[in-house]
Amino acid sequence: MNQRQVSVKTDKLTRRFGKFVAVDQVSIEVYQGEIFGFLGANGAGKTTMIRMLCGLLKPTAGSASVAGFDVYQQSEDIKKRIGYMSQKFSLYEDLTISENLEFYGGIYGLTKQQIAEREQSLFEQVGLMPFIHTLTRDLPLGFKQRLALDCALLHDPPIIFLDEPTSGVDPQARREFWNLLYQTVDQGKTIFVSTHFMEEAEYCHRVTIMQQGRIAALDTPTNLKDNYKKASMQEVFISLVKAEESSR
Amino acid sequence: MDVTMNAIEVSDFVKSYGATTAVSGVSLMVKSGELFGLIGPDGAGKTTLMRTICTLILPDKGTLFVKGLDVTRRIAEIRSQLGYMPQRFSLYQDLSIEQNLRFFADLFQVPAVAREQRLQQLYQFSRLAPFKDRRAAALSGGMKQKLALSCALIHTPSVLILDEPTYGVDPVSRQEFWEILHSIQLEGTTILVSTAYMDEADQCDRVALMFRGQLVGLGTPAELKQGYRYPLYKLYGRDLHQLRQFFLDLTQVHTIQLFGDSLHISFKKMPAKQDWQTWQEATAMNLQHWQKQPPSIEDVFLDLMGEPA
Repeated sequence: MNQRQVSVKTDKLTRRFGKFVAVDQVSIEVYQGEIFGFLGANGAGKTTMIRMLCGLLKPTAGSASVAGFDVYQQSEDIKKRIGYMSQKFSLYEDLTISENLEFYGGIYGLTKQQIAEREQSLFEQVGLMPFIHTLTRDLPLGFKQRLALDCALLHDPPIIFLDEPTSGVDPQARREFWNLLYQTVDQGKTIFVSTHFMEEAEYCHRVTIMQQGRIAALDTPTNLKDNYKKASMQEVFISLVKAEESSR
Repeated sequence: MDVTMNAIEVSDFVKSYGATTAVSGVSLMVKSGELFGLIGPDGAGKTTLMRTICTLILPDKGTLFVKGLDVTRRIAEIRSQLGYMPQRFSLYQDLSIEQNLRFFADLFQVPAVAREQRLQQLYQFSRLAPFKDRRAAALSGGMKQKLALSCALIHTPSVLILDEPTYGVDPVSRQEFWEILHSIQLEGTTILVSTAYMDEADQCDRVALMFRGQLVGLGTPAELKQGYRYPLYKLYGRDLHQLRQFFLDLTQVHTIQLFGDSLHISFKKMPAKQDWQTWQEATAMNLQHWQKQPPSIEDVFLDLMGEPA
């Protein structure tokens, strides 16, 4: 376990918007094969952090490398090596599964041949074959999610960002989806999950709770609950926020 | 009025949209003064049930009463006693907080004196007063939800219906929102609230678990958890994938789920001490620790969704 490769590394990463410090000297290491959860209230700095790691926003100070590329100098290389999935917004409802895949494959610069191959292997792996000509809007929510994940994986990125991937689905579909994520990281990928949904946090290998631009906590869900002597991640979260408020 | 009367009574409610059955035969009662949760994933039928209770759509079959009034006949009377907060933010984005509140007070014909008093009350619990001149469009998600709640409460309804009010709201604002609901409940208001976040069941007095248009469970959160039939354990080990593979093949295992740092296993019958020893040896001590895990509402839901009541 000690030999694990670092997939994302930041050192005192900082982003200011005018006088407002959105991300304040954050240093983290995320390993290949890890599912890393990003928690935090609105305005805590999660989105800014993720935008910087995706190469979409230049940091103000500090350093960060993603899949071995520098966020200042090589943001275009980074963009090609990340996948992004948001449950609610990433698919076209009036396209079929196949059309969505072709569309996203095209955007990611895959050839027709490559798209067909990826499609085939993804469909077999995920069990979407019976729905290949179904319009996306007619798919059960659980399948939509899988499709959205497929689209994010089309260009075989080593790092994937997921935004609240399983809110609103039934517990069975959620568990199946997370099993898929575990399979995905077992193949050597790294997954970031950003969520407001504390039950999702429990599925992550490690989670970080951001507060006012800083890392307020970072550990496995079990350790966090043990350390704060709380029964759930929700309670850990609330107690952290309350502590912060009373110290202000 | 009889104080023991149920605030909401639903019997054998059925509603379809074309070929799609949204709700197929749901019966439940919400007691006066109760905080009652409708818990279920998207597509469970929660919104359809709520909108029918709110007299916005008509049932295909079954009967629904709000405070003893039939939802298909006594529409105006019901609406005057009911506050409804729909799932989608439906306030005027270009009006300020205060303008929105006054607009809804006009709509519900809240008398002038009562209005000022009510506004102050609503500001007090929502803590929105410092922002009252801010346009609704410029509010954070949590503040929007508090404003929508305040607007639904402007005419002091005795029954409050909230459709997924905490959806997409961050955990801190969500916790605050629930605290507000508890304080409204203390004023004697009956609250029916829906959510897809299973862990929010614990905030409610009683909950109905809904799945694919049916009721799969009903009771207090504690009752539902007590009804969970399988001994549930949390397991730690060196290699969880290997461990999962090992337990997958055991006949005693009912369900198995990988979590980030542990494995949750529900057994068909309580494992004996000897069993654990055997498993430790059989996995070459890969299995390191195990502990009894109290079932969550999600575990309960997972169990019940297989067999609709």
